[in-house]
Amino acid sequence: MSTEPLHAGESASLINDPNATETPWRLPSQRKTGIACLIVTESALFTIFVVAYLFYMGRSLNPPYPAQVLEFPWLGSIALFSSSATIMLAEIMLRKVNRFGFLIWWGLTIVLGAYFIYFTATEWMHLIYGKNLTISSNVFGSTFYALVGLHLSHVFIGLLLLSTVWLLTFFGKIPKDHHEHIEVVSWYWHFVDAIWLVVVTVVYIISVNY
Amino acid sequence: MFDTIIDPNFKAPEPERVGEERVSLTRIVQELVFTVDHKKLGLMYIGSGLMFFVVAGLMATMMRLQLAFPNGKVLEPDVFNRLFTMHGTSMVFLVGMPIIFGFANYLTPLMIGTRDMAFPRLNAFGFWVFFFSGWLLYFSYLAAPGLYAAGSAPDVGWFAYSPLTAKAFSRGHSTDYWTLSLLMGGIGSVATAINIIVTTLCLRCKGMTLGRMPLFVWVFLVAAFLVIIAIPPLSACQIMLIFDRYLGAKFFDTQAGGSAVLWQHFFWIFGHPEVYILILPGFAIANEIVPVFSRKPMFGYPIMVAATVMIGFISLTVWAHHMFTVGMTSLGNTFFVVSTMIIAVPTGIKIFNWLGTMYGGKIRFDLPMLFCIGFLFQFLIAGLTGVMLSVAPFDWQLSDSYFVVAHFHYVLIGGLLYMVFSGIYYWYPKAFGRMLNAKLGHWHFWLFTIGFHLTFGPQHIAGFMGMPRRVFTYEEGRGWDLWNLLSTIGVLIQIPGILFFVINLIYSYIKGKKAGDDPWDAWTLEWSTTSPPPEYNFAKLPEVKSRRPLWDLKHPEDPDWKFE
Amino acid sequence: MRLRGTLLSLGFRVCGALCALTAPAFAEPAGLEYPMRRVAHIFQPLSRPAEMISEAAYLVSLICLGVFLVVAGLLVFIMIKFRRRAQDDGREPPQIYGSTNIELAWTVIPILITVVLVLVTSRTIGEIQNMKMPEDALKIRVVGHQWWWEIHYEDLGIVTANEVHIPVSSRDPAQATPTHIVLQSADVIHSFWVPQLAGKTDLVPNKTNDTWLDPYETGVYFGNCAEYCGTQHANMLLRVIVHTPEGFAKWVASQKVPPAAPQTAEEIKGHQLFYGYACINCHTVDGTVAEGVFGPNLTKLMTRQTIGAGVAELNDQTLWAWVNDPQGLKTGCLMPDMQLLDPEVDAIVAFLKTLQ
Ligand code: HEA
Ligand code: HEA
Ligand code: HEC
Ligand code: CUA
Ligand SMILES: [Cu+2]
Repeated sequence: MSTEPLHAGESASLINDPNATETPWRLPSQRKTGIACLIVTESALFTIFVVAYLFYMGRSLNPPYPAQVLEFPWLGSIALFSSSATIMLAEIMLRKVNRFGFLIWWGLTIVLGAYFIYFTATEWMHLIYGKNLTISSNVFGSTFYALVGLHLSHVFIGLLLLSTVWLLTFFGKIPKDHHEHIEVVSWYWHFVDAIWLVVVTVVYIISVNY
Repeated sequence: MFDTIIDPNFKAPEPERVGEERVSLTRIVQELVFTVDHKKLGLMYIGSGLMFFVVAGLMATMMRLQLAFPNGKVLEPDVFNRLFTMHGTSMVFLVGMPIIFGFANYLTPLMIGTRDMAFPRLNAFGFWVFFFSGWLLYFSYLAAPGLYAAGSAPDVGWFAYSPLTAKAFSRGHSTDYWTLSLLMGGIGSVATAINIIVTTLCLRCKGMTLGRMPLFVWVFLVAAFLVIIAIPPLSACQIMLIFDRYLGAKFFDTQAGGSAVLWQHFFWIFGHPEVYILILPGFAIANEIVPVFSRKPMFGYPIMVAATVMIGFISLTVWAHHMFTVGMTSLGNTFFVVSTMIIAVPTGIKIFNWLGTMYGGKIRFDLPMLFCIGFLFQFLIAGLTGVMLSVAPFDWQLSDSYFVVAHFHYVLIGGLLYMVFSGIYYWYPKAFGRMLNAKLGHWHFWLFTIGFHLTFGPQHIAGFMGMPRRVFTYEEGRGWDLWNLLSTIGVLIQIPGILFFVINLIYSYIKGKKAGDDPWDAWTLEWSTTSPPPEYNFAKLPEVKSRRPLWDLKHPEDPDWKFE
Repeated sequence: MRLRGTLLSLGFRVCGALCALTAPAFAEPAGLEYPMRRVAHIFQPLSRPAEMISEAAYLVSLICLGVFLVVAGLLVFIMIKFRRRAQDDGREPPQIYGSTNIELAWTVIPILITVVLVLVTSRTIGEIQNMKMPEDALKIRVVGHQWWWEIHYEDLGIVTANEVHIPVSSRDPAQATPTHIVLQSADVIHSFWVPQLAGKTDLVPNKTNDTWLDPYETGVYFGNCAEYCGTQHANMLLRVIVHTPEGFAKWVASQKVPPAAPQTAEEIKGHQLFYGYACINCHTVDGTVAEGVFGPNLTKLMTRQTIGAGVAELNDQTLWAWVNDPQGLKTGCLMPDMQLLDPEVDAIVAFLKTLQ
């Protein structure tokens, strides 16, 4: 047994197998792993709000009920879902190192996201002032605004990220090593889209039966 | 920073350098505030956790004094209720969580042979968010009605069942402090957990495949996954509660069709995995200490990994065993009985594998191992009382009684806290370059162990005799008097035990025996660098070929990698 | 079956004796109608559901004790046998990395134990939860309040508080007369727990639960609220008085007699004060304009053993103290200090004492 102390510099020689062959050592990307973890957490968060929504479906003691006030958000949904496509196109442009194309598609994504927020804002105005549905009206109001609002806040954060990327690209260049940053932002955006699919299904398709 | 403090060649400053000394004190603070070094952050986590432990422990002492005799007159009812709420909340969120994050932070990069966590600044963010969430919680004592009447700390219990937390039943802002503090702390926890996962997956040194990671790292990986899955439900229900309290939402408003049981589901979907988040690090530390002090590799490494992952999964499905009394259907009850009991199997595997590791070894009873043995005994008892609780009909009697209090203190103290002590005795030499004093350590161990069993052993019987928990007083003649008195005496024995520990930490820092790089003759990478490790951990990143790289180095004739 | 029975009763005895040992003799007032069962040990069940529970509990405890003895024994053995000895040669022990067979063994054995536990448990759950109440079972509705119990006998037209009166049943299932208890809450969650009679069940607002009692012996059984419900959770005590069938009939009859009208000048003054002050906003006295439901029904106040949900035995002093300042007796309770003058308190107490 060796009793000599091991010093920092020596750690490199921890393999004492003379026949050790050089094997390539590849590890997953930090940013991607990080964003994947973030997406897992966020999914757990959304799950709880979705469950709360489903649990309280049909349990409001007083109107307004979903069937009376909800209208399918066609325009908003189309905008948001198509933004997933535009962001993919932007990424393709990025891979082709086409800065202009990237700015266009990425910019379009931002516009579509912003339109979604505008659309929801008008919808909420209508619900609050037109239909008297507020967060304190009944359990439907509480769960509705909480779930849709949580998603909306994610769209908002996503927009901030997207705009940052756009501005940086507009004023500078896309350095090659920032490709991954951009990819990670687009993952997040796809996630926000996917959540909307769930929210739309639960809120505007299932719960309007109540 | 720490190496300068413990520099053995340090000489008293020359007269003209006194001013500089003072400057360096502020520099220490400055460095603590600005540091992103995983080792410093780790120690800061553990240090602030221990600080909150003493605070919350003193709160427990006050509760025990009130309960020593029937019709106790030491505390007002509300003061008592605040104490157990703050005690429970602090112990779980401000003691347990930061200490385990501290261990993860300090050791993960060292054990997997890298220089820092994946996101050092996120790491600092996580620490400070936790730290201020603690202060936010305690600020409630000063806020609202003011200092007289001991302020208005939350008094809703650590799981804050609705609708007790609704505006109607909890006036003032105490509950808001509780909920905001937990929401904030949750964000910090998730940030740190993501950091741990990414570090583990993306920064392992060359040759360290998943199958060669130290079990410590494995277990923390699983615990971190549990954190990112289990904390969001907690945050979600805090958000709902905030909406209820501030915007008049109806989530938990039972007058408006809201459900009181929903909060319980959401809370325990977090709460049960949380208790495994707390105990898994205990297992992690045992995974390092048992082999080293038995001088054998871990018995059945792959099945240990499998058991850990299984515990992680199953613990997500058992939450409603905290709710056997709310009136679930018999089918629902049975489901949660089954899932809860299944957890005994992978947990049992762990215990048996530790025994298998010790079997045939040459066990050294140094302090880390001593605490570890205490852990094995106490966790066994606690696990078995857990199984008793998981028998739903039995739980109808035991739930919310002192038996539950005894159960969870046996897991949390007998399990987690013992392993925290064990881990501190084990890694203190690495962090500070000096051994903890063994004599003081033995006093700590024996006093604390005797006190601990005396405190919480009798509570099992009080529970059998129908004593409910969270009562600020109880009547005479119900057969609880003796058990409560014993329990209080036990705390008075625990206190000197903890004092010996605190003294030891300080004394050994100044006067402790020099440790050297590898005092325990151990096998994982952290022992291959200096004690304390340099800022960059390793001058040259190591490369490994087996689970016990230092064993390979020390035993070139019989290296591990030939057998794995 | 015989063996199991003997084993069980032996176990109960041992546990019971252990607890009795620790319970100091408590001076009970003389001349009680029924024994006071203050020391309520869950292993001394005196009611069918509690007995079913304790049988399962006893079995589970034995299994756990067995597991403990085996594993702890193994641990001690290993610690002694494999400790490093003083004359150690300094060589490392043989390095063993694992053994599939052994690991399989200690996976399978716990699984088998778990299967046994699951079977026992699910059977007991079913037996207790899915028990069919006889059509004519006495039905009682208990409503939890911060921090007292409202008790309704809807079929008998009786409302009372804090003390549940039921008739004794029989050990023979064929002759049993179980009592069905419906549990609701007016504010936060509470839990109904009388250890010797049944396991606890929560009273949840906006949800109706139920449980049942089937007591074998008469007596006054002690229980508590077992879910933290705020400041005075500790003093939300509960008593179940199990009568002989005749005794129960007598109690029911007594509850239906309206209280005598106040006679003396003092009583009449108290009566007026009671209606003059806000008391009637919160309390009901049947047959009068006092119809408040925020506090306990006081119609038959003096037939109760305790005041303030068990915070004190009911007698002249405690009644006086309560009316004078409930906060002094039960800090934080929801009955305010009515700021009465001493003579007013005297009068009101005199009136309250007619409520029997
Ligand atoms: C570190 C924390 C921790 C851990 C690890 C555990 C572990 C377990 N707990 Fe515990 N528990 C708590 C912390 C913890 N608990 C807390 C804090 C509460 C109360 C919260 C509150 O109300 O405030 C609680 C409450 C609690 C309840 C609810 C009680 C109630 O309020 O009504 C239940 C019920 O099922 C339960 C069960 C279990 C079980 C079955 C395990 C199992 O995981 C134990 C498994 C281990 C073993 C079984 C021992 C080793 C195994 C063998 C040797 C194999 C052979 C054995 C058999 C096959 C039996 N716990
Ligand atoms: C990690 C978790 C943890 C730990 C370590 C502890 C530790 C202790 N707990 Fe705690 N406890 C909980 C978690 C924990 N508890 C939880 C979650 C609850 C539930 C809360 C709820 O119901 O909402 C609870 C509830 C709880 C109760 C039940 C209250 C009730 O229901 O009414 C009691 C009662 O005895 C108690 C006692 C103790 C005691 C005596 C200790 C002791 O071990 C503490 C020992 C420590 C000290 C005594 C500190 C002494 C130190 C010094 C004196 C050093 C001084 C030095 C300097 C100043 C330099 N605890
Ligand atoms: C604001 C409501 C309120 C008012 C007004 C009020 N009480 Fe009460 N009273 C309560 C509540 C609530 C309780 C139950 C307290 C507890 O046990 O926690 C109670 C309990 C009692 C009890 C004990 C009942 C029992 O069975 O233990 C008596 C007696 C009583 N009140 C008498 C009075 C008298 C006399 C007055 C008027 C001078 C009065 N109360 C005014 C709310 C009120
Ligand atoms: Cu009612 Cu506790
Ligand atoms: Cu649990």
